[in-house]
Amino acid sequence: MTAHDTPNAAAHGDHHHDDGAAHGSRRDYMVGFLLSVVLTAIPFWLVMSGTIQSKQVTAFIVMGFAVVQIVVHMVYFLHMNSKSEGGWTVMAMIFTIVVIVIALSGSLWVMYHLNTNMMPTMTPEAMKNMP
Amino acid sequence: MSSANILPEAETTVPSFYLSDDPDHAEGGSTMLGFWLYLMSDCLLFAMLFATYGVLGANYAAGPSPKDLFELPLVAVNTAMLLFSSITYGFAMLSTQENDKRSTLIWLGLTGLFGLAFLGIELHEFHSLIHDGATPQRSAFLSSFFTLVGTHGLHVTFGLIWLVTLMTQVGKHGLIPANKRRLMCLSLFWHFLDVIWIGVFTFVYLLGMLR
Repeated sequence: MTAHDTPNAAAHGDHHHDDGAAHGSRRDYMVGFLLSVVLTAIPFWLVMSGTIQSKQVTAFIVMGFAVVQIVVHMVYFLHMNSKSEGGWTVMAMIFTIVVIVIALSGSLWVMYHLNTNMMPTMTPEAMKNMP
Repeated sequence: MSSANILPEAETTVPSFYLSDDPDHAEGGSTMLGFWLYLMSDCLLFAMLFATYGVLGANYAAGPSPKDLFELPLVAVNTAMLLFSSITYGFAMLSTQENDKRSTLIWLGLTGLFGLAFLGIELHEFHSLIHDGATPQRSAFLSSFFTLVGTHGLHVTFGLIWLVTLMTQVGKHGLIPANKRRLMCLSLFWHFLDVIWIGVFTFVYLLGMLR
């Protein structure tokens, strides 16, 4: 059996199948790393030093940096592009992001309203006077 | 399209309802896509834990709040460890592409050390939290905190076990196509964990300190 397969196997064995996965170059990794360091250092510095007075503004800036850094990781470390695996990785990711957005925003929205609207007078002080 | 094709005599006379020959698939040809789909499902798992933390993260039950507990310098060091391990893994992948077994193993080893440092610092943090009475049972905030950060830590632990396994494999069998494929999967897994950590340090630690 193996004797019959030998020419076939040899023909296949030498043939290098491209796995379709993207490879990064040294430059890609270095650019990704440097960008990540900067994008990590700035939000930490903003929060630790309290440079911006408004906490809300700081929070939005920090979240913005997180989103940018996630994209940087996706592109430079995970080598995401629209062509890998015939576009299926991107499709899977878009689907995942849609589900995540629905689940996260839905949970936060519903539970926020549950907390604020159900018992309007329930403050910590009122809690202590509960029977 | 296919109806326009004129099939050879042999195939038209005997109707076959199955493929007489298996279509040729390269071994492991669909592994990367499959692993990517696993990562996406893992991503959903973490999204649920983030949602839980988002909902419960402000329920302190008169207990300690993030401001009382978190030490940002420690978290910054932890983040740096994970980031360093990401770049060393990247260099390991570059060495793999150059078929350089020795430098692959060295970079993988460095990645493992950075991963261990990350885990060590995280365990130290958990230990000091629990020592101060901030146990998972203390409040909904702490339950969701330990679940989210602990699940990430557990992923890193399994990533490390996988890393050691692969180092043994590479050491024993060299950079054969199967091992390269496995290294590629772990690469995705490892960088993915770093992406999750971006979410953790931003939403749990940094935004927690701003509350």
